Amino acid sequence: MKNRVYPFYFTLGAIILYAAFVVLPGFMGIAYSFTDWNSYTSEVNFVGLDNFRTILSTGENYLSYIQNTLFFTVWTITLKTIIALFLAVLLNYGVRRLSHLYRVVIYLPVVLPTIAVGLVFRSILNPRSGILNEFLRSVGLGALAQSWLVNPDIAMLSIVGVDTWKGVGYIMVILLAGLQTIPQEYYEAAEIDGASSTARFRHITLPLLVPAITVVTVLNLLYGLRVFDIVYVLTGGGPGYATDVVFTAVFDEFSKGRYGLGTALSTVLFVVMTVVGFFIVRRLTRDPIEA
Amino acid sequence: MVLSTRLLQGTRNNLIAMFACLLVIIPVYVVLVNSLKDSAGARTMNATLPDTLHFENFFTVIERGKLAQSFVNSMVYATSATLISTLLAAMAAYVLSRNRTRLNRFVYFFIVMGIAMPLNFFTLTKIMQITHLINTQIGIIILYAATQIPFNVFLIYGFVDAIPRELDEAAIIDGCGPFRLFFSVIFPLLTPVIVTAGLLNFVGIWNEFLLPLYYLNNSSFWPMTLAVYNFFGQFQQDWNLVSADIVLTVAPVLVIYLLGQRFILSGLTSGAVKG
Repeated sequence: MKNRVYPFYFTLGAIILYAAFVVLPGFMGIAYSFTDWNSYTSEVNFVGLDNFRTILSTGENYLSYIQNTLFFTVWTITLKTIIALFLAVLLNYGVRRLSHLYRVVIYLPVVLPTIAVGLVFRSILNPRSGILNEFLRSVGLGALAQSWLVNPDIAMLSIVGVDTWKGVGYIMVILLAGLQTIPQEYYEAAEIDGASSTARFRHITLPLLVPAITVVTVLNLLYGLRVFDIVYVLTGGGPGYATDVVFTAVFDEFSKGRYGLGTALSTVLFVVMTVVGFFIVRRLTRDPIEA
Repeated sequence: MVLSTRLLQGTRNNLIAMFACLLVIIPVYVVLVNSLKDSAGARTMNATLPDTLHFENFFTVIERGKLAQSFVNSMVYATSATLISTLLAAMAAYVLSRNRTRLNRFVYFFIVMGIAMPLNFFTLTKIMQITHLINTQIGIIILYAATQIPFNVFLIYGFVDAIPRELDEAAIIDGCGPFRLFFSVIFPLLTPVIVTAGLLNFVGIWNEFLLPLYYLNNSSFWPMTLAVYNFFGQFQQDWNLVSADIVLTVAPVLVIYLLGQRFILSGLTSGAVKG
């Protein structure tokens, strides 16, 4: 009866599109990562673990791309979460009338195209004429002026900074929703018991916000591991290879026609993210009744 | 006494929040003023106001950057992929949520897993070749629709639960078949979440440029994002034109955001916090 009212074929359109263009390439990729597939010959030969050996060898740069990706991921998770938490608490408890307006403005960069944001920040961060250094010089902090995207030691941190500017509003909005689920009575009771505002934050807000913080951490993790746009637009992976991440390297392999190696690199991420995703999505899709 | 500390704290908090907003607005403002300057005035992209307003910059970029074509492309890609994706996702989410058999629960899990899976662009190329979709506009629309499905199913699924099942029963007794039941009874009630999903899809697709970078060689198929990047490559010296180009690319999503911000902000959080 239920199968007639809610027919399975309703789901087929979504399943087919998703399976054919998202899942299938992922699993095919696992198979192709053991081959020397490239754009120069139509022959595809099994080469065992060669591609993975290349990726892991210290003579190549691939390990540093992975390292850069992890660096980007860890830093963006940390910065975005801390700043977003601060802003969310401020907007939820600290201000009254203008709270919604602040939220709309701080969220704004999230909807802007990364490519536009990247181009604008390339000019803002320009060492000679960019307004950031101009500003620092004009207030007497010229010593802090940096070659933001040019100096290999700080280029990655600059990218992290721009990405935080763009993405912090998203995290803030989710944390704000989390804060709104905390009953006001808890705070009132704590206040009567004489708890300071720090104590209230530590013993009420933070513990009850753990689910929301978990969600944003996962979102940031999944975003960070597959980052491409912002790096591609700001530095293109440079200077040298200082800011190359997995997906800029994948794009590079694609342009060079080294498909086997590129697929192996993609597959490493695919496996890691699918495994992480498995646990997260299981939690996310759990029936509320069982929870 | 208590009142004045409250007032003081409120002022301080507002100042901090305004400062955060200022940090957001400065780059936006810089682009806007520079899009109205002449080439010399915009060279350093500073924040001063233009002496005279050069609105002709916009016409120049539309003509030289072939933006009319790209604008239409972006519109077509974002609109059609959004429609396909939200409709298919709504149908799937509805059945998966209403009829929770073992199979359906697995399918739901399987689809939502897509939120975590990165694309493999190499093997995807192969599939695009086999299906003759590579370098076609239909192909890019289908790809966008496919990549949005996991999120849409996840978002809509939670919402279907909130629609009382009694409605279904009443409709069935009245003689509705599965299609009538879904399209005339359920779908209208899903409007808020469909709007949210649709807006998020549209903005996401409008801003994306990785898929066209891989799968559209023909520049007449390029969306706004790719056109703006290419334009920047050609006119790096003329920041006024680059700024004007950026303004035109950003304008549609900005309008959508400001009009639909309630839907967008609410959609992000539904589902995300229940975890």
